Amino acid sequence: MEKEKSLAHETLFEDVIRAFKENKTALFGLIVVVILVVLAIFAPYVTPYDPYEIDLNNRFLKPSLNHWFGTDMFGRDLFTRVIYGARISLAIGLIPSLIAVSIGAVLGVISGYVGGRLGYWVMRMADVVMAFPSLLLAIVVMYTLGATLFNLFIALSVVGWAGAARVVRSQTLSIREKEFIEAAKAIGVKDFKIMAKHVFPNCLPSLMVLFTMSIPDAILSEASLSFLGVGAQPPTPSWGLLVSNGKEFLFSAPWVAILPGLAILITVLAFNFIGDGLRDAIDPYLKG
Amino acid sequence: MENALISTKNLTKIFHLSTGPLGRKKVFVHAVENVNIDIASRETLALVGESGCGKTTLGRLILRLIEPTKGEVLFKGENIFSLDRERMRSLRRDMQIIFQDPYASLDPRMRILDILAEPLKTHNKDMSKREIVERVKELLSVVGLQEFVMSGFPHQFSGGQRQRIGIARALALNPEFIVCDEAVSALDVSIRAQILNLLMDLKERFNLTLLFITHDLSVVSFISDRIGVMYLGKCVEIGPTADIFDHPLHPYTLFLLSAVPIPDPHARDRAKLILEGDIPSPVNVPSGCRFHTRCPYLRDVCVSEEPQMQYIGNRGFACHFPLY
Repeated sequence: MEKEKSLAHETLFEDVIRAFKENKTALFGLIVVVILVVLAIFAPYVTPYDPYEIDLNNRFLKPSLNHWFGTDMFGRDLFTRVIYGARISLAIGLIPSLIAVSIGAVLGVISGYVGGRLGYWVMRMADVVMAFPSLLLAIVVMYTLGATLFNLFIALSVVGWAGAARVVRSQTLSIREKEFIEAAKAIGVKDFKIMAKHVFPNCLPSLMVLFTMSIPDAILSEASLSFLGVGAQPPTPSWGLLVSNGKEFLFSAPWVAILPGLAILITVLAFNFIGDGLRDAIDPYLKG
Repeated sequence: MENALISTKNLTKIFHLSTGPLGRKKVFVHAVENVNIDIASRETLALVGESGCGKTTLGRLILRLIEPTKGEVLFKGENIFSLDRERMRSLRRDMQIIFQDPYASLDPRMRILDILAEPLKTHNKDMSKREIVERVKELLSVVGLQEFVMSGFPHQFSGGQRQRIGIARALALNPEFIVCDEAVSALDVSIRAQILNLLMDLKERFNLTLLFITHDLSVVSFISDRIGVMYLGKCVEIGPTADIFDHPLHPYTLFLLSAVPIPDPHARDRAKLILEGDIPSPVNVPSGCRFHTRCPYLRDVCVSEEPQMQYIGNRGFACHFPLY
């Protein structure tokens, strides 16, 4: 049954595989992210140092074989702090993005499919959120709720859903006019089921692209907030905080600020590459 | 009509459009106006007309996929627009639709099994998974497809195969009435004949009543018992297929028939009548008879007075000066 096999399927999953096969930069991004994830998970086994242990005899050591990234103003090993920081940055990248995209998807599908007054007001709400400078809004949320990691999740989710809602809504508007939706209506499928079984799965490719694209935004926002002092609080080894602490010694010990900065740069770049690759691989699918 | 399965009473759909700066200007599109059509049980009525004449809108109205501006659709004597949501949902078992574009009418993210199982799951909540799979297999064989099709996605199949899947979906609930909206227009000529034959077979086998919407008159003579001709939202002529082909009563029908290609080159001695101009916009409907802007037999009364549908025997026409 050769024919049966060839019919197996071409699913979203296969599209993703194709994205990485055909696009070398996306593959590079994926490899970087995988390495980061591995380092973050196995951080205690990767480095012999403790990220919080202060050693005032070894302040501002230059990068060497013992201390790959050197040490900071309290003599803590910077490489250790950067890979522990990856835990925070990855969590900040993934969790608020997931929450924001989920909220945006639900509101976008409802607003696009139901339309009318409800759809109108959902989108006006999104406009209000988007009209705010997002960093400012996040600062306000952090300031009122208090600077903890959990509140950071909330702040970034509040800021992020609007963009997702807008994209999903416009997708929904075009899917709604397709004949297969009319077919479902002619069968008598309930509106809620049409949204869940037909509209949402057809938005999924764009949602995935949206999700990957919003990860670097979230990482950058966290870094900015921590840099400004309303994000993670010392001594948490957050990347933004590391850069912030290092900035005072930029001339005497530049590595303290530059190396965590590079970590942010590379991570953001890697996620952007993945996002671009996914978009290129998935978009043609949306035509048919 | 005595044994009408479906009849429309003054069915009218006027779309409201906003145009102009800031959408301040309201425009009314007269898509379907005062259409009275009966469809007898087990007959095939073909609805023909140029693009934009409202035949697709009429098909959607009859299935209540859109709400009318006014008028009624009686299904077995009951006005479907007065039914509440739940009763309308259960009525949908009996009336289905086959779409024009087999590429847009199947959800690209669903397997064929799920596409065909959807109507079953919607209406037969107590059906077990095995029963559903059995029924899907049966449906596939009814429309001439093999079982392995079940596990595929729509984009893996050709236009003809997809249209068969669309037909299988329409048949899943054993409906009495199916609207075929340009169901073969998007297919290659060779495939078209296959699908038409399939539809005719199925019609016999399951005692279906069909409303066949098309702009292709060569298809009509092959399948339909009666023809309804639409022009600019109005039904201008209706009657048995053979009679209408032999001697049309409405001038518009005459022109439509004259545009049908003749396969035999030696038989092409017929004078070809070409209709001048375009179909007028349904926004600014001509006064009097809607066809008067293009009609060669135009007289004063045609501009001032709208002809009403009159019946002679089993034929109906809306024209002041029919071509007896």
